[in-house]
Amino acid sequence: MNSFVDLLISLPELFLVLTAMGMMVAGVYTSAGKAYTLISNAAVLSLFGAIGLVLFAKTGTTLAFNDLFINDGFAQYIKIILLLAAALVILIGDRAVRKIKIAHFEYPILIIFATIGMMLMVSANDLMSLYVGLELQSLALYVVAALNRDSLRSSEAGLKYFVLGALSSGMLLYGCSLIYGYAGTTSFTGLETAVAGASNISLGLLTGLVFLIVGLAFKVAAVPFHMWTPDVYEGAPTPVTAFFAAAPKVASMALFVRITMGPFQGMADQWQQIIIVLSILSMVLAALAAISQTNIKRLMAYSSIGHAGYALIGLGAGTKQGTTAILIYLAIYIVMVIGTFACILCMKRKGNSVEQINDLAGLGKSHPAIAAALLLFMFSMAGIPPLAGFFGKLYIFLAAIEAELYSLAVIGVLSSVVGSFYYLRIVKVMYFDNLSDELDSVTGKRISVIISLCALTILLFFLSPSLLVDSASTAASVLFEK
Amino acid sequence: METLAVFLPLLGAILAGLFGFVLRDRGAVLVTSSLLTISAVLSWVLFYDVIWGTGPRTVHLLNWVSVDKFIFNWALLIDQLTVVMLVVVTTVSSVVHWYSIGYMHHDKSIPRFFAYLSFFTFFMLMLVTSDNLIQMFFGWEGVGLCSYLLIGFWFDKPSANAAAIKAFVVNRVGDFGYALGIFGVFVLFGTIQLDDIFLAASSKAEAKIIFLGIEFHAITVLCLLLFIGAMGKSAQLGLHTWLPDAMEGPTPVSALIHAATMVTAGVFMVCRLSPLFEYSETALAVVAVVGASTAFFAATVGLTQNDIKRVIAYSTCSQLGYMFFAAGLSAYGAAMFHLFTHAFFKALLFLGSGCVIHAMSDEQDMRKMGGIRKLVPITYIYMWIGSLALAGIGIPGLGGFAGFHSKDIILESAWAADSIFGYYSFWLGLIAALMTAFYSWRLLFLTFHGQARCDERTLAHVHESPAIMWVPLLVLAAGAVVAGYLGHTVFAGGGDQMRSFWGDALFMLPTHTALENAHKVPLWVKVSPLAAGLMGISIAYIFYIQNNKLPSNCAARFKPLYEISYNKWYFDELYDRIFVKPAFVIGRYLWKSGDGAVIDRLGPDGLAMVTLRFSRLVSILQTGYVYHYAFAMLIGLVGLVSWYVFSEFLR
Repeated sequence: MNSFVDLLISLPELFLVLTAMGMMVAGVYTSAGKAYTLISNAAVLSLFGAIGLVLFAKTGTTLAFNDLFINDGFAQYIKIILLLAAALVILIGDRAVRKIKIAHFEYPILIIFATIGMMLMVSANDLMSLYVGLELQSLALYVVAALNRDSLRSSEAGLKYFVLGALSSGMLLYGCSLIYGYAGTTSFTGLETAVAGASNISLGLLTGLVFLIVGLAFKVAAVPFHMWTPDVYEGAPTPVTAFFAAAPKVASMALFVRITMGPFQGMADQWQQIIIVLSILSMVLAALAAISQTNIKRLMAYSSIGHAGYALIGLGAGTKQGTTAILIYLAIYIVMVIGTFACILCMKRKGNSVEQINDLAGLGKSHPAIAAALLLFMFSMAGIPPLAGFFGKLYIFLAAIEAELYSLAVIGVLSSVVGSFYYLRIVKVMYFDNLSDELDSVTGKRISVIISLCALTILLFFLSPSLLVDSASTAASVLFEK
Repeated sequence: METLAVFLPLLGAILAGLFGFVLRDRGAVLVTSSLLTISAVLSWVLFYDVIWGTGPRTVHLLNWVSVDKFIFNWALLIDQLTVVMLVVVTTVSSVVHWYSIGYMHHDKSIPRFFAYLSFFTFFMLMLVTSDNLIQMFFGWEGVGLCSYLLIGFWFDKPSANAAAIKAFVVNRVGDFGYALGIFGVFVLFGTIQLDDIFLAASSKAEAKIIFLGIEFHAITVLCLLLFIGAMGKSAQLGLHTWLPDAMEGPTPVSALIHAATMVTAGVFMVCRLSPLFEYSETALAVVAVVGASTAFFAATVGLTQNDIKRVIAYSTCSQLGYMFFAAGLSAYGAAMFHLFTHAFFKALLFLGSGCVIHAMSDEQDMRKMGGIRKLVPITYIYMWIGSLALAGIGIPGLGGFAGFHSKDIILESAWAADSIFGYYSFWLGLIAALMTAFYSWRLLFLTFHGQARCDERTLAHVHESPAIMWVPLLVLAAGAVVAGYLGHTVFAGGGDQMRSFWGDALFMLPTHTALENAHKVPLWVKVSPLAAGLMGISIAYIFYIQNNKLPSNCAARFKPLYEISYNKWYFDELYDRIFVKPAFVIGRYLWKSGDGAVIDRLGPDGLAMVTLRFSRLVSILQTGYVYHYAFAMLIGLVGLVSWYVFSEFLR
């Protein structure tokens, strides 16, 4: 095994690790006032650099580090989304981070570390590397959630996330050990042959898989492992919440796909049942709970739980079409979520952030542009054609229909009807309620540009959906060509 | 030219309706009125050309529907019947347009009014020029719509809205019959093209139609259904209740729509479909009986009404009855003749009464008028001309006012029909003629003679109408005077003369000779309508000029009869009891108990409530305590694991 080739295969990750370390050193030696600006710009640049490296990397499936690490089309697709999300989150959070005085240079570095963890997760080809990636991500996230040390709520959010995350890690590890015990290997390749070869699935292996899935369900915030989400989303600083809602979701969902469609493909009949239950619970509960929320970040938490539920439909289908649908859904979801959080970050009154839904009253008159963008995002999340969100849902439901999961599709459609209520409520508040105190006007060119780009993507997606659909389909087919 | 004549009013309506804010009042008024006048001139040219020139023709405009055998076009059928209607409609309409400039000058939404008027005219022209039943239905519904809009023109008046809705709903009953008739025609003939139907009519004369296991004579059923439509539009007995209420609209509207044109559409339709009606004795008999009964009924009601416009409205209803029984006795020529003359003198009466109302500061109650003949001499003369024409006064052998010729030929045809329905129609028509004369002069005497009964201020304000109002009326007055004399030979004359005028537009079986024999009736029959008219006038003179205590005495003496007449034979009350009230009761029940209590409660409201309750429940679960969250996770885990353990165990 040529170790140099290994390094080449994991070049994007290595690049990020090195630049992050370099930035850490540079941050220490830069004066406190300038450090954040310098490091955050460098972080964005290095994230875009990593995107370049991913794009120009060799295509095709390659293994590295004694088969612990895999790089394939699927991983590349997800990595691009992740890196883009991380870069955008740093960009849109810039002003807010300064405002709430958490503009430490460690913040962008922690984001990068979390991103590296996620990239390792999607490239994991062994239960061991999976766990290491997951923990790297989680540890970084625990810290950023509690980054605003002066705020009680932020600290509480960090702590809650840490305690519950530890619990879920424990479950995941326990599941890994059970699987190792019953299958005799931790390698995905080995597991695949073990599962496919077994004439009868042992209960022990099955229990191990359940524990593993529960650990992952915690990360994607599927019901009933979602309880941390609203509290953490609300408590964490808003730029951090944006990151939470975007990148880790995608990474965990990709990992979910990687495991279920890869090593445990042979147990599809078994895990499908769990996934369907989780999916239904998530969709229904999120739709119901979101109705009575007054805080927009909490609302977005439930929204993200609901979206996880919809994505799980695609997983429940267990087909290539379902996987394609998930990949499309995730890409569209990221754009919507970053756009929405960019709008939320713009909500300020006399310099202070506000996050109640009622604060949006009259936004349609006072800030027509941002209200129009938020309207687009909300309509898109509710799944109203011809916006991108509609297509995301469409492919998911189509996959469910093709897989003959009719009741799942029907429940999905019904809960998205209920869900559209709270999205439309925001629109109603913006356009039909009387103006309360006017919000501040939007400051920052970057954030305006990002909001417009996201809005345009959502609005014009229907012109050429094949751009995304084709690459998602190529990425998904990697998992099924064996 | 045909196309222009029909579509110029539409152009006017569009310009005034959609661009009224650009044209302003003056522009809208001038555009619509001039376009209509051009259309009227073209119509007269067409009239001359069709009858004495190139003859009937069909102008194809567009293909409309072509589905298997169901094929029809937008086309203008220009034949003798059409051109008669064309000149009536466009002439009266243009007079009404010009008149309205004066009458409506203080109104707030003049462009809208003129747009509606022109729009109405367009639909009316569509109706009379159609060469198939669907296009006719299009015009039919269109005039209904415009009638609704114009009755409710002053939409801030609740009574106007109620009247508009009433007109619409009652017409709907008729239109339903008409629509069923069209369906039936298509079933029977496989086409709705008029000329194809007429060609096939004789071969289907014996056809049967089976409905609910009972066999009916097909053409009779169709004709009766179509006639229900005609009854609704022409306010015949049973479906007449909307017409008097329609007087809530502005007076020019009453003149145009509810006297001269739209209400005669039913008569026109029966005449147009004469080749169909001729093959059903039963249907013709029904038409005759309904017409004669309406003529009598409406005349009795007209005797006692106090609202000047309502008197004329019942008079219209009654005169329409005459037209119908003429048609029912196969005297289509006579019916169309009366339609033609009636349009002139009835529009004149309406517009004249409009002048009166205008002069009396919008007072319509005749009990509060009186003695104003010296103050409004021109109007007074117009009303005399109109009344003379309506009562049918003339000199036998020489000629007379319009109604003298047209009403006489109808009554003579009724006698000449020599059937039980003919005699029924004749006698009722004769009595109605007497009453017509009576209420016409009652109106004249109450309005213009005697003591002024209005208050000082109104009286001081009484003035003759401006020239823009009375000058256009000259046209109608001329028509009321000479239309009968000029038309009596061509419209309903004997033998070839009439046939050469109508061509193939009207069809009469050789056995139906009412109109043919009308010219050979005994002398007393010829004189009796005039005698009845003169008698009516004399009685009115005695009642209202010589001894003005007599009316109240009579009313007291014959109280039950007076009450029946005054309350319009209790039709409104009857309908209210039978249809309106139960409909409201059922509606309220379905609304409160059906929709509100069942559908809403179990449907939208219930679901929303359940959703909200669940939502609160879920929020309560979100306690904020870490150990609760951990507990939920563990419960979920245990649940999932035990699911597998148990299912494995069961297997």
